[in-house]
Amino acid sequence: MSDTHAETVAFVRDTMLPPEPPPVTEIGAVRWVRENLFSGWLNVLLTLGAVYVIVWLLAHIGPWLLNSVWNAGSLAECRQILDGATGACFAVIRDRGQQLLYGFYPANLYWRPNLALLLMVVALAPLLFPRVPRRVLWFSAVYPAVAYWLLWGGSVWFPVSVLLGFPAGYLAWRVMRPAGAILSGIVAVLVPLLWWAVVAGPLAGLLQSIVPLGLRPVRSDQFGGFMLSIIIGVTGIALSLPLGIVLALGRRSDMFLIKTLSVGFIEFIRGVPLITLLFTASLLLNYFLPPGTNFDIILRVIIMVTLFAAAYMAEVIRGGLAALPRGQYEAADALGLDYWKAQRLVIMPQALKVSIPGIVNTFIGLFKDTTLVVFIGLLDPIGLSNSIRADTNWNGIYWELFIFIGLLFFIFCFGMSRYSQHLERRLKTDHH
Amino acid sequence: MKTFTFFGALTAAGLAAGVVQAATLDDVRARGNLSCGISTGLAGFSAPDANGVWQGFDVAVCRAVAAAVLGDPMAVTFVPTTGQTRFTALSSGEIDLLARNTTWTFSRDVDLKFTFAGINYYDGQGFMVSRELGVSSARELDGATICIQTGTTTELNLADYFRANNMSYEPVPIETNAEAQQQYLAGACDVYTTDASGLASTRATFADPENHILLPEIISKEPLGPLVRHGDDEWADIVKWTLYALIAAEEYGITSQNIDELARGTDNPEINRLLGVEGGLGQMFRLENDWARRAISAGGNYGEIFSSTIGESTPIGLARGLNAQWTQGGLLYAMPFR
Repeated sequence: MSDTHAETVAFVRDTMLPPEPPPVTEIGAVRWVRENLFSGWLNVLLTLGAVYVIVWLLAHIGPWLLNSVWNAGSLAECRQILDGATGACFAVIRDRGQQLLYGFYPANLYWRPNLALLLMVVALAPLLFPRVPRRVLWFSAVYPAVAYWLLWGGSVWFPVSVLLGFPAGYLAWRVMRPAGAILSGIVAVLVPLLWWAVVAGPLAGLLQSIVPLGLRPVRSDQFGGFMLSIIIGVTGIALSLPLGIVLALGRRSDMFLIKTLSVGFIEFIRGVPLITLLFTASLLLNYFLPPGTNFDIILRVIIMVTLFAAAYMAEVIRGGLAALPRGQYEAADALGLDYWKAQRLVIMPQALKVSIPGIVNTFIGLFKDTTLVVFIGLLDPIGLSNSIRADTNWNGIYWELFIFIGLLFFIFCFGMSRYSQHLERRLKTDHH
Repeated sequence: MKTFTFFGALTAAGLAAGVVQAATLDDVRARGNLSCGISTGLAGFSAPDANGVWQGFDVAVCRAVAAAVLGDPMAVTFVPTTGQTRFTALSSGEIDLLARNTTWTFSRDVDLKFTFAGINYYDGQGFMVSRELGVSSARELDGATICIQTGTTTELNLADYFRANNMSYEPVPIETNAEAQQQYLAGACDVYTTDASGLASTRATFADPENHILLPEIISKEPLGPLVRHGDDEWADIVKWTLYALIAAEEYGITSQNIDELARGTDNPEINRLLGVEGGLGQMFRLENDWARRAISAGGNYGEIFSSTIGESTPIGLARGLNAQWTQGGLLYAMPFR
């Protein structure tokens, strides 16, 4: 009876077909191109337009970059080598690259800023990556003094005696603690200030006369180039975050005086362009200070940049604080934590996490804003590009310098941006 | 009463501090170096070389003054200043001397309270056009697009000149000289106008300088010179006579090569007085008698400085023109050393 079926059905498959590969238009590059670039008439047009622009750019910039001259003593020599062909003259970077990086810092002392940069990475490591041993934090705490000494040189005892102000304050606080929180707090602030104003200078002089130990001093007017940008940017970034947190808390405080001061400061600084503050630092302060005082211009600029960034930072962090549900504050209170403990253990870790994109945004903006110092005559990379062009050898060179400077800034800013994304992923606690 | 006394003492101290500051010469000596304001970079006038040492025509004035006052032409702290910061830097005392291609004008001299110590370069505003344009005089520029730096006297001069000649133009505002070069070469404007020295140095950097011409008309007077604060005449004298010493040295044929020989004594009493062999001129403004000799030795006489920084043998290639000695038909005229 087995052939009953054979009469009604012509063919019965008794084996499975091997799986066919998907059609060529549905896999790999072809599918990607079809779906992403040519999925409709509008996208086809846009794709063709974009391809045209890219080809056009490459056709114009490509030969210019490929023909680059790296070995020449002047723009005229570059042109001679190119002999009428179009080409970039990156020889200027070879000739003046050191200047763009270090300004007029003495060439035989380049190891000092290099070492300072290297140590900065070490000092930042425990703050940025949790796997680094916590003990390195001690080094992070003294790093600013180390960096100052390396960069500016002079007697080692000056930064040491300035650093000693902090233990002096701590000691005073320990001694005065039985007398009450407010009094000990005031003393803990006053003692270091007095130390710096009265004791630190003579002590440094005394120690230097007993054990002369120091590096060759380098004056501020020899600082320049990318080194200057990094000094101003990194110091501004490092100081503006804690200052911003304090200001944000002050603005949300119930105490009238603190709240008014914080609001006044933030609104004033945010209402004024950075360039105005820089002009104040460079010009106006000179009139107010007693004649003959030499208040370092880089220090003045750092202070102004820090204040500027701190005001923005405060608002970013206040945004983070506002994003926290009220229950978090109440929970901290219910646990019996006092104000500072509640901030440190419950509020701030969450508020800062929420604010990371905004904080890094402010950092990157601050770092790029350091180029504004060109307007007060400091020779940052942009300022130096102008000076280099004033040399008759390189007068007329333009894009090569800006490409180099842009590349350096891109590396730093892109690095910061990538790190912040990494940090956001690491701190992500909601599970989807 | 006590507060009153305190504030009185404070005021007195402030006044005393002001008086002390007035003697710039003592400040410079105490500091051991001259704080000199220069441009952040202007081809031929001030620019750092590959080793970071500032070079140029304006820089040479600073070095000569430092050599005259301190005996060391390298004892100068150069403070790069921008067009906006230069005057405040000088009046606030941050710098002792400003040598930054600054035009001597009435309001700067009188209203801003500065003293110009002479003129080291007579400049004037000119025009550069492409040869293809077929223009040979500024009178033919009616309706042209002109690249011009904003916020400078050149902008005002241009407007004055075109109005006086009943012509119209379209300005293309630019910020820096480097930007102007790019715009001009890219054809964004037919004409580039700035000081003639700047035009010459700009043209020298082009790949095809022969295709661009400087028009003969000079439409403004731009006497450039070093300046100091009002109120310290002794210091102003030192700067002024250092500049005259450089100019006079060229007139009398004193060069950096023969100066040591001449300083042993010559038959020309003027040279002897200038080089401090006789007369004791230096002591009159509290300098050593060989101050001028040191100033001239720093970079040579005016002519030597000119030819090594901006002269015809350099890429900038400026002719002496108005900046020749009065004996050669120029305007340089040093007052007698007597």
